[in-house]
Amino acid sequence: MPKFVELWVYLSATPLFGLTATLVAYVLAHALYLRVKQAPWANPVLWSVVVIASGLLLTDVPYPTYFSGAQFIHFLLGPAVVALGWPLWQRRAELRKRWGRLLIAALAGGAAASGSALALAWAFDLPHEVVLSLAPKSVTAPVAMGIAEKIGGIPALAAVFAVLTGLVGALSGRYLFNALRLPLTTEGWTARGFALGTAAHGIGAARALQVNADAGAYAGLALGLQVVLSSLLMPLLFR
Amino acid sequence: MQGLRGLAWLLALQSLGELLSRALQLPFPGPVVGMVLLLLALQWPVVREPVAICAEFLLSHLSLLFVPVGVGVMTHLALVAQYGGRMLIVIVLSTWIGLAVTAWVLFKLNRTDTAEDGSAQIR
Repeated sequence: MPKFVELWVYLSATPLFGLTATLVAYVLAHALYLRVKQAPWANPVLWSVVVIASGLLLTDVPYPTYFSGAQFIHFLLGPAVVALGWPLWQRRAELRKRWGRLLIAALAGGAAASGSALALAWAFDLPHEVVLSLAPKSVTAPVAMGIAEKIGGIPALAAVFAVLTGLVGALSGRYLFNALRLPLTTEGWTARGFALGTAAHGIGAARALQVNADAGAYAGLALGLQVVLSSLLMPLLFR
Repeated sequence: MQGLRGLAWLLALQSLGELLSRALQLPFPGPVVGMVLLLLALQWPVVREPVAICAEFLLSHLSLLFVPVGVGVMTHLALVAQYGGRMLIVIVLSTWIGLAVTAWVLFKLNRTDTAEDGSAQIR
Protein backbone atom coordinates (compact mmCIF):
# COMPACT_ATOMS: atom_id res chain seq x y z
CA MET A 1 0.00 0.00 0.00
CA PRO A 2 2.74 2.57 0.79
CA LYS A 3 3.98 1.87 -2.75
CA PHE A 4 0.70 3.15 -4.10
CA VAL A 5 0.81 6.29 -1.97
CA GLU A 6 4.34 7.02 -3.21
CA LEU A 7 3.26 6.55 -6.79
CA TRP A 8 0.26 8.85 -6.28
CA VAL A 9 2.42 11.54 -4.69
CA TYR A 10 4.80 11.34 -7.62
CA LEU A 11 2.14 11.33 -10.32
CA SER A 12 -0.03 14.05 -8.80
CA ALA A 13 2.97 16.40 -8.72
CA THR A 14 3.71 16.19 -12.47
CA PRO A 15 2.02 18.49 -15.01
CA LEU A 16 0.80 15.35 -16.77
CA PHE A 17 -1.69 14.78 -13.94
CA GLY A 18 -3.51 18.13 -14.19
CA LEU A 19 -3.76 17.90 -17.96
CA THR A 20 -4.98 14.30 -17.94
CA ALA A 21 -7.46 14.87 -15.09
CA THR A 22 -8.98 17.86 -16.91
CA LEU A 23 -9.38 16.09 -20.24
CA VAL A 24 -10.60 12.77 -18.82
CA ALA A 25 -13.09 14.45 -16.46
CA TYR A 26 -14.44 16.57 -19.31
CA VAL A 27 -14.68 13.70 -21.80
CA LEU A 28 -16.60 11.58 -19.26
CA ALA A 29 -18.84 14.49 -18.21
CA HIS A 30 -19.55 15.21 -21.88
CA ALA A 31 -20.45 11.56 -22.53
CA LEU A 32 -22.92 11.72 -19.63
CA TYR A 33 -24.30 15.00 -21.02
CA LEU A 34 -24.97 13.37 -24.41
CA ARG A 35 -26.43 10.31 -22.71
CA VAL A 36 -29.12 12.34 -20.92
CA LYS A 37 -29.93 14.18 -24.20
CA GLN A 38 -28.09 17.38 -23.20
CA ALA A 39 -30.28 18.11 -20.18
CA PRO A 40 -29.16 21.48 -18.73
CA TRP A 41 -28.44 20.01 -15.26
CA ALA A 42 -25.81 17.67 -16.73
CA ASN A 43 -23.64 20.59 -17.92
CA PRO A 44 -20.14 19.16 -18.59
CA VAL A 45 -18.25 22.20 -17.21
CA LEU A 46 -20.16 22.05 -13.93
CA TRP A 47 -19.54 18.34 -13.36
CA SER A 48 -15.89 18.42 -14.48
CA VAL A 49 -15.24 21.24 -12.01
CA VAL A 50 -17.12 19.51 -9.18
CA VAL A 51 -15.35 16.17 -9.75
CA ILE A 52 -11.84 17.63 -10.13
CA ALA A 53 -12.14 20.12 -7.25
CA SER A 54 -13.51 17.45 -4.87
CA GLY A 55 -10.81 15.03 -5.97
CA LEU A 56 -8.06 17.59 -5.33
CA LEU A 57 -9.47 18.53 -1.93
CA LEU A 58 -9.86 14.88 -0.88
CA THR A 59 -6.31 13.91 -1.91
CA ASP A 60 -4.74 17.15 -0.63
CA VAL A 61 -3.32 18.15 -4.01
CA PRO A 62 -2.92 21.95 -4.04
CA TYR A 63 -4.47 23.95 -6.87
CA PRO A 64 -1.14 25.29 -8.24
CA THR A 65 0.06 21.67 -8.69
CA TYR A 66 -3.08 20.84 -10.66
CA PHE A 67 -2.83 24.08 -12.64
CA SER A 68 0.77 23.37 -13.72
CA GLY A 69 -0.79 20.76 -16.02
CA ALA A 70 -4.20 22.32 -16.63
CA GLN A 71 -2.57 25.56 -17.80
CA PHE A 72 -2.00 23.96 -21.21
CA ILE A 73 -5.76 23.86 -21.69
CA HIS A 74 -6.27 27.21 -19.97
CA PHE A 75 -3.74 28.77 -22.34
CA LEU A 76 -5.99 28.02 -25.34
CA LEU A 77 -8.52 30.59 -24.07
CA GLY A 78 -6.34 33.33 -25.61
CA PRO A 79 -6.41 31.97 -29.19
CA ALA A 80 -10.09 31.05 -28.62
CA VAL A 81 -10.91 34.71 -27.92
CA VAL A 82 -9.08 35.68 -31.13
CA ALA A 83 -11.00 32.91 -32.95
CA LEU A 84 -14.29 34.59 -31.94
CA GLY A 85 -13.58 36.92 -34.85
CA TRP A 86 -14.51 34.05 -37.18
CA PRO A 87 -18.25 33.73 -36.27
CA LEU A 88 -18.44 37.54 -36.23
CA TRP A 89 -16.94 37.71 -39.73
CA GLN A 90 -19.29 34.99 -41.00
CA ARG A 91 -22.27 37.06 -39.84
CA ARG A 92 -20.89 40.36 -41.10
CA ALA A 93 -23.78 40.95 -43.55
CA GLU A 94 -26.28 40.38 -40.74
CA LEU A 95 -24.26 42.59 -38.44
CA ARG A 96 -24.06 45.39 -41.00
CA LYS A 97 -27.81 45.26 -41.60
CA ARG A 98 -28.90 45.14 -37.95
CA TRP A 99 -25.98 46.64 -36.07
CA GLY A 100 -28.21 49.29 -34.49
CA ARG A 101 -30.64 46.99 -32.73
CA LEU A 102 -27.98 44.41 -31.89
CA LEU A 103 -25.89 47.13 -30.29
CA ILE A 104 -28.89 48.40 -28.31
CA ALA A 105 -29.72 44.90 -27.09
CA ALA A 106 -26.07 44.15 -26.22
CA LEU A 107 -25.66 47.44 -24.33
CA ALA A 108 -29.00 47.12 -22.51
CA GLY A 109 -28.36 43.49 -21.56
CA GLY A 110 -24.74 44.06 -20.53
CA ALA A 111 -25.67 47.10 -18.45
CA ALA A 112 -28.62 45.27 -16.84
CA ALA A 113 -26.49 42.24 -15.92
CA SER A 114 -23.57 44.25 -14.60
CA GLY A 115 -25.65 46.99 -12.97
CA SER A 116 -27.96 44.57 -11.17
CA ALA A 117 -24.97 42.53 -9.95
CA LEU A 118 -23.32 45.67 -8.55
CA ALA A 119 -26.55 46.92 -6.95
CA LEU A 120 -27.35 43.53 -5.37
CA ALA A 121 -23.78 42.99 -4.17
CA TRP A 122 -23.79 46.45 -2.62
CA ALA A 123 -27.17 45.83 -1.00
CA PHE A 124 -25.87 42.52 0.42
CA ASP A 125 -22.87 44.34 1.88
CA LEU A 126 -20.22 42.26 0.08
CA PRO A 127 -16.56 43.39 0.36
CA HIS A 128 -15.50 46.07 -2.12
CA GLU A 129 -13.09 43.90 -4.15
CA VAL A 130 -15.74 41.19 -4.42
CA VAL A 131 -18.21 43.77 -5.77
CA LEU A 132 -15.68 44.92 -8.38
CA SER A 133 -14.93 41.30 -9.33
CA LEU A 134 -18.65 40.82 -10.02
CA ALA A 135 -18.86 43.69 -12.53
CA PRO A 136 -17.37 41.87 -15.57
CA LYS A 137 -19.10 38.54 -14.84
CA SER A 138 -21.04 38.48 -18.13
CA VAL A 139 -17.85 38.53 -20.18
CA THR A 140 -15.94 35.40 -21.08
CA ALA A 141 -13.56 34.35 -18.24
CA PRO A 142 -10.15 35.37 -19.68
CA VAL A 143 -11.43 38.83 -20.59
CA ALA A 144 -13.28 39.15 -17.27
CA MET A 145 -9.95 38.52 -15.49
CA GLY A 146 -8.29 41.29 -17.49
CA ILE A 147 -11.11 43.75 -16.79
CA ALA A 148 -11.21 42.89 -13.07
CA GLU A 149 -7.49 43.54 -12.84
CA LYS A 150 -7.92 46.94 -14.51
CA ILE A 151 -10.81 48.10 -12.28
CA GLY A 152 -9.45 46.81 -8.94
CA GLY A 153 -11.15 43.43 -8.50
CA ILE A 154 -9.58 39.99 -7.89
CA PRO A 155 -8.86 38.31 -11.29
CA ALA A 156 -9.18 34.70 -10.04
CA LEU A 157 -12.49 35.49 -8.33
CA ALA A 158 -13.77 37.31 -11.44
CA ALA A 159 -13.00 34.19 -13.49
CA VAL A 160 -14.94 32.00 -11.07
CA PHE A 161 -17.89 34.42 -11.10
CA ALA A 162 -17.82 34.42 -14.90
CA VAL A 163 -17.86 30.62 -15.02
CA LEU A 164 -20.74 30.49 -12.50
CA THR A 165 -22.66 33.10 -14.49
CA GLY A 166 -22.20 31.06 -17.66
CA LEU A 167 -23.44 27.96 -15.87
CA VAL A 168 -26.52 29.73 -14.49
CA GLY A 169 -27.35 30.93 -18.01
CA ALA A 170 -26.78 27.51 -19.59
CA LEU A 171 -28.71 25.69 -16.85
CA SER A 172 -31.74 27.95 -16.49
CA GLY A 173 -31.94 29.88 -19.78
CA ARG A 174 -34.52 27.55 -21.30
CA TYR A 175 -36.96 27.90 -18.39
CA LEU A 176 -36.54 31.67 -18.17
CA PHE A 177 -37.14 32.16 -21.91
CA ASN A 178 -40.17 29.88 -21.83
CA ALA A 179 -41.54 31.89 -18.90
CA LEU A 180 -41.05 35.08 -20.98
CA ARG A 181 -43.06 33.34 -23.74
CA LEU A 182 -40.35 33.68 -26.38
CA PRO A 183 -41.61 31.50 -29.25
CA LEU A 184 -39.57 28.66 -30.79
CA THR A 185 -39.44 30.47 -34.15
CA THR A 186 -36.35 31.87 -35.86
CA GLU A 187 -37.09 35.22 -34.20
CA GLY A 188 -37.42 33.62 -30.80
CA TRP A 189 -34.26 31.51 -31.23
CA THR A 190 -32.34 34.59 -32.37
CA ALA A 191 -33.32 36.48 -29.22
CA ARG A 192 -32.61 33.46 -26.98
CA GLY A 193 -29.17 32.90 -28.48
CA PHE A 194 -28.22 36.56 -28.44
CA ALA A 195 -29.25 36.82 -24.78
CA LEU A 196 -27.20 33.74 -23.82
CA GLY A 197 -24.11 35.14 -25.55
CA THR A 198 -24.60 38.55 -23.93
CA ALA A 199 -25.35 37.54 -20.35
CA ALA A 200 -23.74 34.08 -20.14
CA HIS A 201 -20.75 34.34 -22.57
CA GLY A 202 -18.96 31.20 -23.82
CA ILE A 203 -20.74 28.66 -21.63
CA GLY A 204 -24.15 30.06 -22.59
CA ALA A 205 -23.07 30.24 -26.24
CA ALA A 206 -21.88 26.62 -26.15
CA ARG A 207 -25.30 25.62 -24.84
CA ALA A 208 -27.09 27.71 -27.51
CA LEU A 209 -24.96 26.13 -30.23
CA GLN A 210 -25.97 22.63 -29.09
CA VAL A 211 -29.67 23.45 -29.07
CA ASN A 212 -30.28 25.47 -32.25
CA ALA A 213 -28.14 26.77 -35.14
CA ASP A 214 -29.72 30.25 -35.26
CA ALA A 215 -29.39 30.59 -31.50
CA GLY A 216 -25.76 29.46 -31.68
CA ALA A 217 -24.80 31.90 -34.41
CA TYR A 218 -26.33 34.85 -32.57
CA ALA A 219 -24.80 33.72 -29.30
CA GLY A 220 -21.34 33.79 -30.89
CA LEU A 221 -22.06 37.24 -32.28
CA ALA A 222 -23.28 38.51 -28.90
CA LEU A 223 -20.30 37.02 -27.10
CA GLY A 224 -17.87 38.84 -29.40
CA LEU A 225 -19.80 42.12 -29.09
CA GLN A 226 -19.89 41.87 -25.29
CA VAL A 227 -16.13 41.28 -25.16
CA VAL A 228 -15.48 44.45 -27.19
CA LEU A 229 -18.09 46.62 -25.41
CA SER A 230 -17.18 45.57 -21.86
CA SER A 231 -13.44 45.81 -22.24
CA LEU A 232 -13.87 49.26 -23.80
CA LEU A 233 -16.53 50.70 -21.45
CA MET A 234 -15.86 49.13 -18.03
CA PRO A 235 -12.35 50.51 -17.42
CA LEU A 236 -13.68 53.95 -18.43
CA LEU A 237 -16.76 53.73 -16.16
CA PHE A 238 -14.79 52.54 -13.12
CA ARG A 239 -11.90 54.93 -13.49
CA MET B 1 -1.82 21.02 -41.64
CA GLN B 2 -4.49 23.65 -42.32
CA GLY B 3 -5.56 23.43 -38.66
CA LEU B 4 -1.98 24.00 -37.47
CA ARG B 5 -1.56 26.88 -39.88
CA GLY B 6 -4.76 28.34 -38.47
CA LEU B 7 -3.44 28.03 -34.91
CA ALA B 8 -0.24 29.76 -36.00
CA TRP B 9 -2.30 32.67 -37.37
CA LEU B 10 -4.39 32.90 -34.20
CA LEU B 11 -1.29 32.90 -31.96
CA ALA B 12 0.50 35.42 -34.19
CA LEU B 13 -2.51 37.76 -34.11
CA GLN B 14 -2.82 37.32 -30.33
CA SER B 15 0.87 38.21 -29.90
CA LEU B 16 0.46 41.24 -32.12
CA GLY B 17 -2.62 42.16 -30.09
CA GLU B 18 -0.67 41.87 -26.82
CA LEU B 19 2.09 44.06 -28.24
CA LEU B 20 -0.32 46.74 -29.46
CA SER B 21 -2.31 46.64 -26.21
CA ARG B 22 0.86 47.20 -24.15
CA ALA B 23 2.57 49.68 -26.46
CA LEU B 24 -0.49 51.92 -26.99
CA GLN B 25 -1.89 51.30 -23.48
CA LEU B 26 -5.25 50.30 -24.93
CA PRO B 27 -8.10 49.45 -22.54
CA PHE B 28 -8.59 46.09 -24.36
CA PRO B 29 -6.83 42.87 -23.33
CA GLY B 30 -4.41 41.52 -25.97
CA PRO B 31 -6.63 38.68 -27.27
CA VAL B 32 -9.48 41.16 -27.89
CA VAL B 33 -7.17 43.34 -30.00
CA GLY B 34 -6.13 40.10 -31.74
CA MET B 35 -9.80 39.38 -32.49
CA VAL B 36 -10.26 42.81 -34.09
CA LEU B 37 -7.08 42.26 -36.14
CA LEU B 38 -8.43 38.87 -37.23
CA LEU B 39 -11.65 40.54 -38.43
CA LEU B 40 -9.53 42.78 -40.65
CA ALA B 41 -7.31 39.91 -41.86
CA LEU B 42 -10.11 37.45 -42.70
CA GLN B 43 -10.68 39.07 -46.10
CA TRP B 44 -7.52 37.28 -47.33
CA PRO B 45 -8.01 33.57 -48.21
CA VAL B 46 -4.48 32.81 -46.91
CA VAL B 47 -5.74 33.69 -43.45
CA ARG B 48 -9.41 32.73 -43.80
CA GLU B 49 -9.14 29.11 -44.92
CA PRO B 50 -6.79 27.79 -42.22
CA VAL B 51 -8.30 29.99 -39.48
CA ALA B 52 -11.82 28.74 -40.28
CA ILE B 53 -10.80 25.13 -39.57
CA CYS B 54 -8.91 25.93 -36.36
CA ALA B 55 -11.56 28.37 -35.08
CA GLU B 56 -14.39 25.87 -35.62
CA PHE B 57 -12.45 23.27 -33.64
CA LEU B 58 -11.49 25.61 -30.77
CA LEU B 59 -14.95 27.15 -30.46
CA SER B 60 -16.77 23.81 -30.57
CA HIS B 61 -14.80 22.76 -27.48
CA LEU B 62 -14.95 26.18 -25.84
CA SER B 63 -16.54 24.94 -22.61
CA LEU B 64 -13.59 22.60 -21.88
CA LEU B 65 -11.29 25.64 -21.71
CA PHE B 66 -13.20 27.00 -18.69
CA VAL B 67 -12.58 23.94 -16.51
CA PRO B 68 -9.10 24.88 -15.14
CA VAL B 69 -10.32 28.33 -14.04
CA GLY B 70 -13.53 26.88 -12.66
CA VAL B 71 -11.60 24.45 -10.46
CA GLY B 72 -9.89 27.56 -9.04
CA VAL B 73 -13.01 28.08 -6.93
CA MET B 74 -11.36 25.72 -4.41
CA THR B 75 -8.74 28.37 -3.63
CA HIS B 76 -11.44 30.79 -2.49
CA LEU B 77 -13.27 28.41 -0.16
CA ALA B 78 -12.91 30.78 2.82
CA LEU B 79 -14.56 33.60 0.88
CA VAL B 80 -17.17 31.17 -0.41
CA ALA B 81 -17.89 29.87 3.11
CA GLN B 82 -18.40 33.41 4.38
CA TYR B 83 -20.28 35.02 1.49
CA GLY B 84 -21.17 32.04 -0.74
CA GLY B 85 -24.94 32.20 -0.31
CA ARG B 86 -25.10 35.93 -1.00
CA MET B 87 -22.67 35.73 -3.94
CA LEU B 88 -24.75 32.94 -5.48
CA ILE B 89 -27.99 34.94 -5.12
CA VAL B 90 -26.31 37.97 -6.74
CA ILE B 91 -25.00 35.87 -9.64
CA VAL B 92 -28.26 34.00 -10.28
CA LEU B 93 -30.52 37.08 -10.11
CA SER B 94 -28.25 39.36 -12.15
CA THR B 95 -27.80 36.66 -14.81
CA TRP B 96 -31.57 36.24 -15.11
CA ILE B 97 -32.02 40.02 -15.34
CA GLY B 98 -29.32 40.23 -18.03
CA LEU B 99 -30.81 37.34 -20.04
CA ALA B 100 -34.37 38.66 -19.78
CA VAL B 101 -33.49 42.26 -20.71
CA THR B 102 -31.34 41.25 -23.72
CA ALA B 103 -33.83 38.71 -25.10
CA TRP B 104 -36.82 40.99 -24.56
CA VAL B 105 -35.18 44.10 -26.11
CA LEU B 106 -33.97 42.25 -29.21
CA PHE B 107 -37.26 40.38 -29.64
CA LYS B 108 -39.31 43.61 -29.39
CA LEU B 109 -36.98 45.49 -31.78
CA ASN B 110 -37.20 42.67 -34.35
CA ARG B 111 -40.98 42.48 -33.98
CA THR B 112 -41.54 46.25 -34.44
CA ASP B 113 -39.48 46.02 -37.59
CA THR B 114 -41.58 43.14 -38.96
CA ALA B 115 -44.81 45.01 -38.20
CA GLU B 116 -43.55 48.11 -40.03
CA ASP B 117 -42.44 46.11 -43.06
CA GLY B 118 -45.84 44.48 -43.25
CA SER B 119 -44.08 41.61 -44.99
CA ALA B 120 -43.83 38.01 -43.93
CA GLN B 121 -40.74 37.20 -41.91
CA ILE B 122 -38.71 34.39 -43.43
CA ARG B 123 -35.48 34.71 -41.48
